[in-house]
Amino acid sequence: MSHDDHDHNHGHDHGPHPYQPDIEDAPYTERMVMTQAVAELIVEKGIVSADEMRAQIELMDTREPALGAKLVARTWLDPEFKARVLADVKTAAAELDIDIGDIPIQAIENTEDVHNVVVCTLCSCYPRLLIGLPPDWYKSRAYRSRTVKEPRKVLEDFGTSIPENVEVRVHDSTADLRYVVLPSRPAGTDDWDEERLAELVTRDSMIGVSLAKSPDHT
Amino acid sequence: MSETKYKPGDAVKVRASFPPGHVRTPHFIRGCDGVVTQYVGSYPNPEELAYGRDGLPEKPLYRVMFSQADVWPNYDGPSKDTMVVDIYEHWLEQNQ
Repeated sequence: MSHDDHDHNHGHDHGPHPYQPDIEDAPYTERMVMTQAVAELIVEKGIVSADEMRAQIELMDTREPALGAKLVARTWLDPEFKARVLADVKTAAAELDIDIGDIPIQAIENTEDVHNVVVCTLCSCYPRLLIGLPPDWYKSRAYRSRTVKEPRKVLEDFGTSIPENVEVRVHDSTADLRYVVLPSRPAGTDDWDEERLAELVTRDSMIGVSLAKSPDHT
Repeated sequence: MSETKYKPGDAVKVRASFPPGHVRTPHFIRGCDGVVTQYVGSYPNPEELAYGRDGLPEKPLYRVMFSQADVWPNYDGPSKDTMVVDIYEHWLEQNQ
């Protein structure tokens, strides 16, 4: 029954108005049907239970850029920790009680000479268990195709201007590894503690489309 | 760790091959010349995994660096700009 069929006398008149569409109002694509069919089969065959699948989605949703930010801030304060992160993110993250799961993550460090930016041209590979789910634009065809071909223009679109004397290095995450960028520590933060520093580390700076925030922008 | 054919610093060429199926070597990098920067472990072959097989033996995976100017002849940026792509050993050839 539509909203207009019933009589409602709550003191004012208004005509029909557009409704918020339901999820099911979007076109149901073949891919969506396949995804649902596979999910149902996985449960039916007892490979994982519906509750395990739900719990994994819930675990993903607890992950957020703040976890990665804490890790980056620690690398700014502790060079030995940074060396451990660059050698093996999984064991270094475990020191901070962050479990990044079984998919290997490699850290790549921005320096005075190199600015790194990450893309997955084939799909949407992303270090989810360290910094949460990817933003929608990360999965867009525009970002995936343009970042490998005209990275400096893409960075400009994000408001990030990299000087010509700095190498822009694009990392195409196409296989079994995921990448997290360690942005450079902003100037003017010499006496800052880890918690304050972590506030400067954004999701986008760990993808590499921006720098860490500067202290006067917090 | 399985035997690896390449080591960091080796000049390689990505195979210019276009087979059907699930291939994780991007089209734009096939046929390009690069340099191995790192071996990052061996993993089941995704081209086999995609069809329900076990993907064994595992394939060595490398990070390979390319000059942007070599990948895109009309690249609009400094010649020092690079890209690094993860490529399985069977997609690489020794470059003399």
